[in-house]
Amino acid sequence: MARALINVPAKAKRGEIIEIKTLIQHEMETGYRVGTNGNMIPRDIITDFVCKYNGEEIFRADLFPAIAANPFFTFYTVATESGAISFEWSGDNGFTAAETATITVE
Amino acid sequence: MPTDHDKLQATRRRFLTDAAALAGSAGFGAGFGLSLTVKPASATPETMRAALKRVVGEATLRKGKVKLDLPPLVENGNVVPLTVTVDSPMTATDHVKAIHVFNEKNPQPNVIGVQLGPRAGRATMATRIRLADTQTVTAVAELSDGTFWTDNIQVIVTLAACVENM
Repeated sequence: MARALINVPAKAKRGEIIEIKTLIQHEMETGYRVGTNGNMIPRDIITDFVCKYNGEEIFRADLFPAIAANPFFTFYTVATESGAISFEWSGDNGFTAAETATITVE
Repeated sequence: MPTDHDKLQATRRRFLTDAAALAGSAGFGAGFGLSLTVKPASATPETMRAALKRVVGEATLRKGKVKLDLPPLVENGNVVPLTVTVDSPMTATDHVKAIHVFNEKNPQPNVIGVQLGPRAGRATMATRIRLADTQTVTAVAELSDGTFWTDNIQVIVTLAACVENM
């Protein structure tokens, strides 16, 4: 299971724009490198990242091999109500990972 | 838009492929041809334009509104911080729908495609990318009114990504 780090403020004022940072452990093997045996190392990357706020999609990214290892994202959203912010990653070779953060909106 | 540099690159590439074809047809270039095929595929300004066209379609691409932030001198192409900021109020009627980033010399022209909406509040996205060579990176933003805006930046890369095991 890949390790993921999520940074979401625990509390926010209603209507405030909050910053969300995510980092997930992944090689992001490009498929263009040659291994020690002279063969190409097959591609193994995360292809999709989705962030949902109480089930509503707020951010989606399509990743390509040009994304550095351990994909890191910073993005913003408006704190509308208390609830859960969920994060999902999926990629090659059936890779999936999910994390959830809770936020309290006053 | 092709610059003098692009033209120069294109002619050099054409010269190399022509030379390879010539060597192959003359029958003495087996080893040379092989070394060319082992070289990984590389995106070119042309493939970048094709990738751009898949996103933009027939709409016109205007400069402005988008700000692409990359260090002008990159010491390690494996991890390059990239920030795209779009000047937009991010309301339900006027917001950024998508941000795409392209490059011209990595093996693939696409870097990332991001979809956002009025819920984002601020049209800013940051990540870390790989760059294989000194090149121009382009960001495109699609707005809710159907217009496309762009920004590009020339980056100098001293240590390229994807070559450490070759």
